[in-house]
Amino acid sequence: MLKIFLNGIFKENPIFRLALALCPSLAVSNTAFNGLGMGLCLLFVITSSNVIISSVRNLIHPKIRIPAYLTIIAVLVTMVEAFLHAYVPALHKSLGIFIALMVVFAIVLARAEVFASKNTVWKSLMDGLGMGLGFALAMVLLGIIRELLGSGSVFGYNIMGQNFKPILIMLFSPGAFLLVGLLMGFFNWYERRFTKNL
Amino acid sequence: MDKLVVSTSAHIKDSDSIPRIMWGVNLALLPVLIAAVYFFGLYALGVVLSSVISAVITEAVIQKFLFKKPVTVSDGSAVTCGILLAFSIPPSVPLWLPAVGSFVSIAIAKQCFGGLGWNVFNPAMIGRAFLLICWPVEMTTWTSPLDGVTGASPLGILKEEGFSKVVEFFGNRTTMYTDLFIGNVRGSLGETSCLLLLVGACYLFYKKYISWHIPVSFLGTIALLSWMTGGDPLFAILSGGCILGAFFIATDMVTSPVTKTGQLIFGIGVGALVVLIRAKAGYPEGVCYAVLLMNTLTPLIDRYIKPKPFGVVKK
Repeated sequence: MLKIFLNGIFKENPIFRLALALCPSLAVSNTAFNGLGMGLCLLFVITSSNVIISSVRNLIHPKIRIPAYLTIIAVLVTMVEAFLHAYVPALHKSLGIFIALMVVFAIVLARAEVFASKNTVWKSLMDGLGMGLGFALAMVLLGIIRELLGSGSVFGYNIMGQNFKPILIMLFSPGAFLLVGLLMGFFNWYERRFTKNL
Repeated sequence: MDKLVVSTSAHIKDSDSIPRIMWGVNLALLPVLIAAVYFFGLYALGVVLSSVISAVITEAVIQKFLFKKPVTVSDGSAVTCGILLAFSIPPSVPLWLPAVGSFVSIAIAKQCFGGLGWNVFNPAMIGRAFLLICWPVEMTTWTSPLDGVTGASPLGILKEEGFSKVVEFFGNRTTMYTDLFIGNVRGSLGETSCLLLLVGACYLFYKKYISWHIPVSFLGTIALLSWMTGGDPLFAILSGGCILGAFFIATDMVTSPVTKTGQLIFGIGVGALVVLIRAKAGYPEGVCYAVLLMNTLTPLIDRYIKPKPFGVVKK
């Protein structure tokens, strides 16, 4: 069980390992707060969808499974959107279209198809939690680095002082592309080093 | 043609090597450096040194500690990259700016792709594009030569106020052409003095490090297209980074096509994009982005324009 949970965080991290869900990681990781918000939303959606889909996995006819999965995910995403709109309007505004787009994030459907449709409810719960948390951590990491370099602050607190000239590219998607690529390379390099020593 | 011509992928053992060619290019850039120091003061030398030192250190550190490969700093390619980057940015930038640009050039555009010979994009131009996006204010503050007053570059005036204002700015057409040719205008460090750029280019031609194909098709396209769209062809060639780009940047052996036909297509493409960007895009100057865009097409051009294998008879 723990292994399934940790799998999503390290070994098959959605962004740095599977290279899925790159669209939100490029678009809404511009500040640490946005990254955290997006990460938590997806954590909820992927966990619930995994649990629901695995509990009804024997009732859905294989030929219509993708539309059925999408309907379940869409219901969950609509709930999240309504919740954010009511309680955290600022985050709802800055995430914008990407909340609704969660329905078609590859990582959610991929885990439903690859994992939840073939495993028990408990295993799927752990997988959803692990994947969601792995995504959230990666988003926060991206958000912190991009906000620090792009506007000199983290979670809105200025760190770099007045004389810092922000690296504007980090606020745009090209900067996120560069950062995701460099971090991917870093993790590959780190893993190779680590496994060699074993 | 009954003379033996040695093509880019050399088949005859010769004393030319990467270090020789790269240091040759550096030597060819030396007159331009003198012009930059004459027009923009000793500070220009500081900008170039900051860029070159950062490029060399970045390359050495990455090769030695990250990839654990032999350090090839002495081949001069990092120095060339640093000089070209410094030549393509304004003379009044703070000294840390070229250093950051060189770091990006070498670390991301060159070493991430596998080092010299593997880079898809011209490293110096990637560095410049990065700096322009990150620090647009510093990268578009132009000081005029000799007295250091800031203002718009000739191309900026052309973009904002039209060609008649440019002529007015210089006095009359003759002084405009002479000033642009000598380099007595606002612009990037190494792009203003067409005269000394051409001196350096002659040396490269003499050494056969570059062929006429890219520069001629590049500049010819710019002249033709600006004449056709009602502009001044000579002004279009002499202003901005055209001369620097045509002879030193677009001709980079790694990122331009191998065959002569391919190089002609490459040059025409860069020229057309420069005219398009200058006329329609948000930036007054487009040599940097035009070269980068055509860099992406270089593998495609090389794929479709294959040279006739040696000894094969045309049917």
